[in-house]
Amino acid sequence: MANKESTFTNMVLTLVIITGVASFALGSIYNITKEPIEKAKREKQERAIREVIPEFDNLESQKVLADGGDSLAIFLGYAGEEVVGTAVSSYSDNGYDPTRIIVMVGFLPDLTIHNTVVIQQKETPGLGTKMNDPAWKNQFNGKNPDVFNLNMKKDGGDVDAITAATISSRAFSDAISRAYEALKNQEGEQQP
Amino acid sequence: MNQVKNFTKGFIKENPVFVLLLGLCPVLAVTSSAENGLGMGIATTFVLVSSNMVVSLFSKFIPSKVRIPSFIVIIASFVTIVELVMQAFAPALFEALGIFIPLIVVNCIVLGRAEGFASKNSFVSSLVDGLSIGLGFTMALFILGSVREMLGAGSILNYKFITGDGILVFILSPGAFIALGYLIALSNRVKKSLYKS
Repeated sequence: MANKESTFTNMVLTLVIITGVASFALGSIYNITKEPIEKAKREKQERAIREVIPEFDNLESQKVLADGGDSLAIFLGYAGEEVVGTAVSSYSDNGYDPTRIIVMVGFLPDLTIHNTVVIQQKETPGLGTKMNDPAWKNQFNGKNPDVFNLNMKKDGGDVDAITAATISSRAFSDAISRAYEALKNQEGEQQP
Repeated sequence: MNQVKNFTKGFIKENPVFVLLLGLCPVLAVTSSAENGLGMGIATTFVLVSSNMVVSLFSKFIPSKVRIPSFIVIIASFVTIVELVMQAFAPALFEALGIFIPLIVVNCIVLGRAEGFASKNSFVSSLVDGLSIGLGFTMALFILGSVREMLGAGSILNYKFITGDGILVFILSPGAFIALGYLIALSNRVKKSLYKS
C-alpha cells in the first residue's frame, strides 16, 4: 500500500501540517480581500443613501435608539447648511425567512417618505423578493406615516400587500415604521 | 486513462445531478433562476477542481484513517477562499447565492470525488475529472434554473418574455422537485439512446 501507515504520530503530524497550511492560506486571503469587501459594503450603503434622499453635498451619520433595543444608523444629508433629507438604515425580523430584512428609508425634513431601498433580504424568490420592485414600493413614496397607515389593507391600513407575500409586505412596513418612530422620537428630544 | 472519455462522462453518463443524484440540496434550493444556477455551478466547479488537484497530489502522504478529516479541511479552505473572493469582487453574485456558498463544503459531490476518484488517480486525471463533474453539475443547474425561471417567472436570464407572473409553484420548492423529476426522466432517455450496451 502506497499510503503512509496510520500510526498515531503520522496521523497527528499530517493533521497538524494540513490545518497549519490551511490556516496560513486563509489568513493571507482574508488580509488581501479585507479592503475590497469593506469598500464594496460602504459603496453599497452610499449608493442606497444617494437613492433614498434628494441630492446632498455633505453627509453626517448618527445613531438613534429604536424600540427593540438596537440603535439605528441615520444619515443626515446637507445641501449647504440645510438638511435636505435623512436616510435611516432600518430593519425588521418579521420576514418570512429568519434573515433580518434591512431597508434604507429616506425621509424629507417634514418626515415624508422620499424613497426606500432594500439592502438585505432573503425572502421567497419571486414572491417576497418583489418588495424591491419599484411598482410595489413606490406606493410609500411621498407619504407621511402620520396620515398614511403603514398597515396592510387587510389589517385595516393603507398599504397594498404583495400578492401571496403578505408576511414579507408586513415586515417591510415594519422596518419603515421603525425608522419613522426612531426619527420622530429623536426630533421630540431635540425640541422639547 | 482515456482523458476524452474521462472528460465527457460528467455531462450525461455520470452527470452528478441527473444520474448520481448527489448534492441535491443546493440543486433544489438555488435554481430559482438560470443566473443563480450558473453562479453556483461555477463556484462548485472551482472548488471541485482545486480540491481534486490537491487531494490527488497529497493523498499518498495522508494516512488512510485520517483521510476524511484531511479532505474536509482542504475542501473547506477552498470554499472559504471562494467566499471571500466573491464577497470582495462580485458582491452582487455573493448576495444572490448567500448561504449556499458555505454549503459547498458539505456538498457530497466534492467529498465524493475527492474520496472516490482523486485519492486513487493521477493528478491530470483528477483535474479532468473535477472539470468534467463540475461542468456537468453547472450544466444541470443551468438547465434546471432556466426551466424553473421560464415557467415560474416568464423570463430567461432576467429577460422577461411575458408580462405578469408565470406559474408560481415552479419558483417555490415543490416546483424544483417536479422540474428535476422530469429532467431526470429526460436525461435517462438520452442516456439510453447514447450508451446502448
